[in-house]
Amino acid sequence: MSAGSPQSTSAAALERTALYDRHVALGAKMVPFAGYEMPVQYNLGVLKEHLWTRDSAGLFDVSHMGLAYLRAEDGSHETVARALETLVPADILNLAPGRQRYSQLTTDDGGIIDDLMVSRSAEHGSEGSLFLVVNAGRKAVDYAHILSRLPDGVHLSPTEDFVLMALQGPRAAEVLSGLDPAAAEMKFMAVTPLAILGNTVPASRSGYTGEVGYELAVPASCAVAVWNVLVADDRVEPIGLGARDSLRLEAGLCLYGHDIDETTSPVEAGLTWSIQKRRRAEGGFPGAARIQAELADGPARKRVGIKPDGRAPAREGAEIRAPGGEAIGMLTSGGFGPTIGGPVAMGYVATEHAGAGTPVELIVRDKPMPAHVVDMPFAPHRYAR
Amino acid sequence: MADEYFTEDHEYIRVEGDTGIVGITNHAQDQLGDVVFVEVPEVGRTVAKGDAAAVVESVKAASDIYAPVAGEVTEVNGEIEANPAMVNEDAEGAAWFFKLKIADKADLSALMDRKAYDAFVAENT
Repeated sequence: MSAGSPQSTSAAALERTALYDRHVALGAKMVPFAGYEMPVQYNLGVLKEHLWTRDSAGLFDVSHMGLAYLRAEDGSHETVARALETLVPADILNLAPGRQRYSQLTTDDGGIIDDLMVSRSAEHGSEGSLFLVVNAGRKAVDYAHILSRLPDGVHLSPTEDFVLMALQGPRAAEVLSGLDPAAAEMKFMAVTPLAILGNTVPASRSGYTGEVGYELAVPASCAVAVWNVLVADDRVEPIGLGARDSLRLEAGLCLYGHDIDETTSPVEAGLTWSIQKRRRAEGGFPGAARIQAELADGPARKRVGIKPDGRAPAREGAEIRAPGGEAIGMLTSGGFGPTIGGPVAMGYVATEHAGAGTPVELIVRDKPMPAHVVDMPFAPHRYAR
Repeated sequence: MADEYFTEDHEYIRVEGDTGIVGITNHAQDQLGDVVFVEVPEVGRTVAKGDAAAVVESVKAASDIYAPVAGEVTEVNGEIEANPAMVNEDAEGAAWFFKLKIADKADLSALMDRKAYDAFVAENT
């Protein structure tokens, strides 16, 4: 028996998050990921962790991700928003206090350097400041890129003051409300500070699973205590990277370096919903020429959901063909969807093959396997809007 | 007790007369995690030692299962195709993959016995 998929290995020293000892104590299997030793699964295993998150609430250590403030010296939202808008296609100027938005750092060619969350606090004293959450594996690239493009008077300050955790699932709201009732009032993509165990914890109602959920920027000084309280709740199980990947895949969400990268545009990736109307019209972000042209004329290829007809999972890298015919694209993610109870995948296909219901073939172990283009998400989103 | 032999790729072959029953070891299923898909070979297929004869996929990855020795596939386990989770529950028992009419039993001497396999696993984990 031999594993067909390459394992990520790195000779470089791996970092540990502040919760490393907790993961080990909880029986986690630790693996290298984006320069960190991270839990890929705990004792439940990937399948049960996935289902637990969909049924109850899952707790994730996502503190390997990059957190940074972007601040304008003059304390003006307009100054910091206009600076960030030169780097991302989202409308940041009209991002309301207490709200979060998903966007991408784009290349001058309209590719994606990284995807990120941008938050604007409603708190007094935070005027002129935005909070960014970027992917762990892209931190260094992102920060260098941002620094190279910022105007005078706007500063990027990566911070290690917080340990980012995510609590996701249909019971996440009731669990967190037990610690601070204000959690229940938060709408999807809202950001507000919660009071948890006597600490101020900036929280957002968002996540990467398609479920109702929260991301908590827990101050490092109380991170272990907050983790322990949440994990001690009978409704909560710790969830590793394995289930995080299958949850986001079923939810149709992109994984950077797989479904999006510097060659894929936000339009091809189906992320046009994250480019607000004003920016579509005005441009003024890197790669605007390509992105606006694709918005007007349609992209040559699109990211689509693909459901194999049979039971065999098809993995990233599998070629997509028209039935009996030519290559039309490649899978960028694929695996088994525990909630779906079968294989699920996504990939890019030439636009003429991108309609839901289009039959395709996936080349798995040198054999064509029948599949269909389907609408995403595979598992319906249950965000509280 | 039946004769059991093991490969460095974590297959076992349990020998009953001229027949070898092939599967993956308990250690292998533990490493794989939740098994979600199994593909067994066609009955009647002739395999050489080391041929990819079956496939096992977990939530994490796809793996080939190699024929530990040469032979002809005489029977396959349809139950594990229908219920792949059996591989996690009883890898070295009910969740065997296929049976093989062993071409040359002398080939078995190149494989490890249980004790050698256990030592091999201990060394490599």
